[in-house]
Amino acid sequence: MERFDGIKNVMKHIEDEIIVCNIGFPSRELYEIKDRSKNFYMLGSMGLASSIGLGLAMSKIKEKVIIFDGDGSILMNLGSLITVFNQNPSNFILIIFDNGCYGSTGNQCTYAQNVNLLEVAKSIGFKNSYDYNEIDFKDILKSKQEGPIFIHYKILPGNADSPIIDISPEEIKNRFMKSIK
Amino acid sequence: MDSSEAVYQGLKRAKIDFIVSLPCVNLGKILKIIETDEKIIHVPVTREEEGIGICAGAFLGGKKTAILMQNSGLGNCVNALTSLYQLYSLPLVMIMSHRGTKGEPIIGQVPMGIATPKILEAMDLKYFNPKTPEEAIETVANSWNISMSEKRPVSVLLDTSYW
Repeated sequence: MERFDGIKNVMKHIEDEIIVCNIGFPSRELYEIKDRSKNFYMLGSMGLASSIGLGLAMSKIKEKVIIFDGDGSILMNLGSLITVFNQNPSNFILIIFDNGCYGSTGNQCTYAQNVNLLEVAKSIGFKNSYDYNEIDFKDILKSKQEGPIFIHYKILPGNADSPIIDISPEEIKNRFMKSIK
Repeated sequence: MDSSEAVYQGLKRAKIDFIVSLPCVNLGKILKIIETDEKIIHVPVTREEEGIGICAGAFLGGKKTAILMQNSGLGNCVNALTSLYQLYSLPLVMIMSHRGTKGEPIIGQVPMGIATPKILEAMDLKYFNPKTPEEAIETVANSWNISMSEKRPVSVLLDTSYW
């Protein structure tokens, strides 16, 4: 299964949760699958999805914040996992779509091919860290949350033929902020 | 007035309620004060760029945000300040201990000290350079509103001699 179907599977269960989505094809694919005001599409700043998500989770404590990140981008900002663990937000769910490559730039391999990111999260101390294929995501999403959740979703390389997002950054921001006010 | 207290009072007047930080020897006292302020969420981060990302999320979530850091960390933030902040027109107050300026005892701080204002200028970002606590309190107090009206980050550079 490639990323497009992975995102589709997750989106089946999303209701009013906030989503922060990684730059490149992940955002384009999400935009095609289910555009909504509560999606924040990153158009730059690779690596910062989990950080933007943490800031949101800490300022909107009654909302659930789900972050769609990738293996290459979390590797750029591994310190973020340390900060998230220490801040311990109970409304933060990080999903790593791990295809072992930099998908948006031509599928160059990442070191995640040789390192299990789920084990990395566990070693930091994340109590709620799961392999997507071993859980019922809906149960995890809808049950009372204690502390941050880390979900490792192993997928195959490949991008869908999704169009470039045709709404402006300003509009993405404005409608997003309005929807979470 | 005490140089650290002036910055803190300025942040309070600006109604900043969300701060990320990395330490500098000159920021030690402010960080201690902030840690005891229950109205400010304080998030120590592992790297400056990460903090810039966290502040972006916090602003989207309704907070008034600032980063406290050494100017060396500005180099770690450049892509986020452009491809996140400039792109989405986001505000932020950046309080920087500006090392490598007059009176700096550590030679390693000098190159980035010289580059710092030029890097801000290259990103077309406004910065202020108050020399006294009296000036600093006013500058910091106004910084958030300036940042909001300009829809981009504003920096306050506090030289080695300021402290």
